[in-house]
Amino acid sequence: MSARARIGVLALQGAFAAHATTLQRLGVSTAEVRVAADLEQCDAFVLPGGESTTMSQLLETSQLFGPLAKRIAAGMPVFGTCAGMILLSKGIADGRPDQRSFAALDIDVQRNGFGRQLDSFETEIDVLGLDRAFHAVFIRAPRISRVGSEIETLATHGGEPVLVRSKTVMAASFHPELADDDRVHQLFLNMVQG
Amino acid sequence: MTQPDKTTGSMRVQRGLAEMLKGGVIMDVVTPGQAKIAEDSGAIAVMALERVPADIRRDGGVARMSDPEMIEGIQAAVSIPVMAKARIGHFVEAQVLEALGVDFIDESEVLTPADEAFHIDKMKFTIPFVCGATNLGEALRRISEGAALIRSKGEAGTGNIVEAVRHLRSILGDIRKITQADSAELFGWAKLLDAPLPLVQEIAETGRLQVPLFCAGGIATPADAALAMQLGAESVFVGSGIFKSDDPAPRARAIVEATAHYRDAHIIAKVSRKLGAPMTGIAMDEINQRYAERGW
Repeated sequence: MSARARIGVLALQGAFAAHATTLQRLGVSTAEVRVAADLEQCDAFVLPGGESTTMSQLLETSQLFGPLAKRIAAGMPVFGTCAGMILLSKGIADGRPDQRSFAALDIDVQRNGFGRQLDSFETEIDVLGLDRAFHAVFIRAPRISRVGSEIETLATHGGEPVLVRSKTVMAASFHPELADDDRVHQLFLNMVQG
Repeated sequence: MTQPDKTTGSMRVQRGLAEMLKGGVIMDVVTPGQAKIAEDSGAIAVMALERVPADIRRDGGVARMSDPEMIEGIQAAVSIPVMAKARIGHFVEAQVLEALGVDFIDESEVLTPADEAFHIDKMKFTIPFVCGATNLGEALRRISEGAALIRSKGEAGTGNIVEAVRHLRSILGDIRKITQADSAELFGWAKLLDAPLPLVQEIAETGRLQVPLFCAGGIATPADAALAMQLGAESVFVGSGIFKSDDPAPRARAIVEATAHYRDAHIIAKVSRKLGAPMTGIAMDEINQRYAERGW
């Protein structure tokens, strides 16, 4: 891997700009990815929050699903937040029947499991590896309903996992890109830079 | 286990949902069936209302908040966020929409205003608000009242993009000028815009509006959506443009793709084929009621 990693951010829909801003603050370069050609120069990838149903459809029509799935399967590090976490999960409850996922992380999630916007909230969570609490913003957030045996839980809220990772995939049901705090993104970059 | 401390309805949580809606298409729907078509076509959210603006314009009369039963029907039909409109200044309609658990309230000039002096005090609500604006001063007044999202007003129900372009250019053009102003000139800008000085100073520093800026009012084609995005809008609302066209589903899908790939003319060309006729639309000198003039 190059000394200065280039992180692709899926830019078909959602909070991609906030992720790019956070990553740039940490000194890596970023690329907005909308078609397969944008993917070639990327060492790692972020799937942002937004609407997972919309992103899933646009990944198909933009002919990006296949190439991205191949890179993820080949071990490219990926970080998914909220909708991005749904796209990485093995099992999706309350999704659309035609909704596809990369099935790259052995967890099941329930879409909008924390409720509608009326139930969206912010709170402090403790994250494994961080010395003080992280301010987590949950927006119509998905709930992790099952965590596979190989999956490490890095943070919980009310006893439920909200930040998890495998060797190459990390996923959050909250939005670290809305926090003015770069530490969760730094955890991901630590995975990228090994 | 005790529930950990958490805060709902804060500005960060409200603006957070607006962030998630970026790069997408919010579609006006009047039935659960239309809402399904919108979701199937890749809409990021639907706006539940009784009549699309083109029909409100045609029928005249007083346009009000939708029937709660109809909104609930749409909430049950889709899993994406559901928005609904309240009249300008009608805070009880907004309270009702919050009680129904809609995800966003549009304090909308498309409905007949209920108050000729004051907009809703949006700080009192847990649910985020979107408000229309024709210029930067209007946008900042709405933000100071608690709006979590601003959209151009455009001229709803016309299928004519010209007013939305005027409003986006006015808002974004003034932001560009403010970033060039020195600190003394910012007092003049606040006075000129009739907007709170701290918000003007913040724009001078960041070069952007405090909340996301979307486009509404007159989008009828994929190219219209991409035009709004290239001008600097971060998402688009499509009202009458989809369900007043000949063949709504393909047009909805095409507008979603053109919004995601707004800088790629080849993709916009590809998706613009075989869509049937767009809504007929009306020129500005053919209308007698300009909705954009409602609100202040």
